[in-house]
Amino acid sequence: MASQTAQDCAALESQLVGKSVVTLDDLTTDQISLLLRKASYIESNPRRVAHACDGRILATLFYEPSTRTRLSFETAMLRMGGHVIGFSGTQNTSVSKGETISDTVRVVSQFADVIAMRHPKEGAALVAARAAEIPVINGGDGGHMHPTQTLADLSTIEKRFGRITDLVVGLCGDLKFGRTVHSLIETLCRFGNVHFVLISPDELKTPRYVIDRIEASPSCDYEEVHDLQDVIGRLDVLYMTRVQQERFFNEDDYLRLRDTYILDADKMKLAKPTMAVLHPLPRVNEIATEVDADPRAAYFQQVYRGMLMRMALESSLLGDPLPGFSQTQEVQA
Amino acid sequence: MEVTSLQNGIIIDHVPAGTALKVLEYLNVDPARTKIALIMNTDSKRLGTKDIIKIEGMADDRIDLDVLGLVARQATVGIVRDGRIVRKLTPTLPQHVEGVIRCPNPRCVTSTERDIRQGFHLVTVGGRPEYRCDYCDEEAKF
Repeated sequence: MASQTAQDCAALESQLVGKSVVTLDDLTTDQISLLLRKASYIESNPRRVAHACDGRILATLFYEPSTRTRLSFETAMLRMGGHVIGFSGTQNTSVSKGETISDTVRVVSQFADVIAMRHPKEGAALVAARAAEIPVINGGDGGHMHPTQTLADLSTIEKRFGRITDLVVGLCGDLKFGRTVHSLIETLCRFGNVHFVLISPDELKTPRYVIDRIEASPSCDYEEVHDLQDVIGRLDVLYMTRVQQERFFNEDDYLRLRDTYILDADKMKLAKPTMAVLHPLPRVNEIATEVDADPRAAYFQQVYRGMLMRMALESSLLGDPLPGFSQTQEVQA
Repeated sequence: MEVTSLQNGIIIDHVPAGTALKVLEYLNVDPARTKIALIMNTDSKRLGTKDIIKIEGMADDRIDLDVLGLVARQATVGIVRDGRIVRKLTPTLPQHVEGVIRCPNPRCVTSTERDIRQGFHLVTVGGRPEYRCDYCDEEAKF
């Protein structure tokens, strides 16, 4: 990146304008790095960016309830001077009359400048992106993709370590169904130089296609273990996940596995003083509340970083420059 | 039609045992309207057992090798003219197929959204080629 010219940087910016982000594979590593730098700039210069999106309208189409993600998308736009329309839940909308996703987003394209969408069906964001006349950001499509959560994770890691490479990253809990875990692993593999420690019971092991991504990355490797306590002392990052009841057909299996991997103050004593604990939230009981006061707990900071990254993403897709932000200066810094 | 004396048509050999009827369905060949001989679960040196499909009168440009590659990737196709095999074709795995198979994932958007053309792309998982839904990335089932 350091050798990038101003022309390269301008090209990078312009490639993002009007783009939809359904999965992080839609963004190059250079574009992700640019968003990370922008988020950092926004954090330091909230007043300068307060009118970056004046007059813009974000539509949040949330076909199922969400607290953090919808509020994060909306706050991101409001903090840049834009406005927000949309719905949360499909009662009282044309969706309840049987309108297709394609038709809904075509209609909303006439009102808004950018769409953030969450839908319970996997692949819904791609349908929306293909039909919409404006950029669509995937805010979660069932158990499939949630790219802005991964952007929040990357930003949190970068904030803590000043880098997202050359790290030992432990992922703990439900590694089978956890979409955030798969997306984070795949994205870190694109940047390279990460050793993954995959901590889960056999029933919730990382799927083969994710392991393939690690194996295909020459500078990354992994190990699979069962016991968090045995490995916590080696980790730079510990990414905890919730074992979700809705992923199980059998309640007994859920209850047996739910409490298997709980992070508490005793385990934290074994960890490095610099380790960062991440969690996509909401948590149930996999992180004891006594850990919240530990400076290594990064999961609430992660929510804040998510908002910064959504600000960076929304403004970039709209082609609205951040006043005072210069890519070349940032790169050289 | 005598099974051993196809005059002009196509022989699809090395079809996975027991799947010949399904392969015909994917190839859009209607058994009710076509002269067909099926040999099922016969011995094969290469596969152990296999099916063979012989279709009299079928033009060689009517067989969709992409679809055949999708549902019977190890099959071979012999083009028969005047009782002799004049050409052999091998299906290749297509990078992308549309409108052939449906996504088996009940959580996939294609299960509810109207007017979506089903599409699958080729990926390699654990060194094995497989097809994944364009929308939800679920593996195709045949």
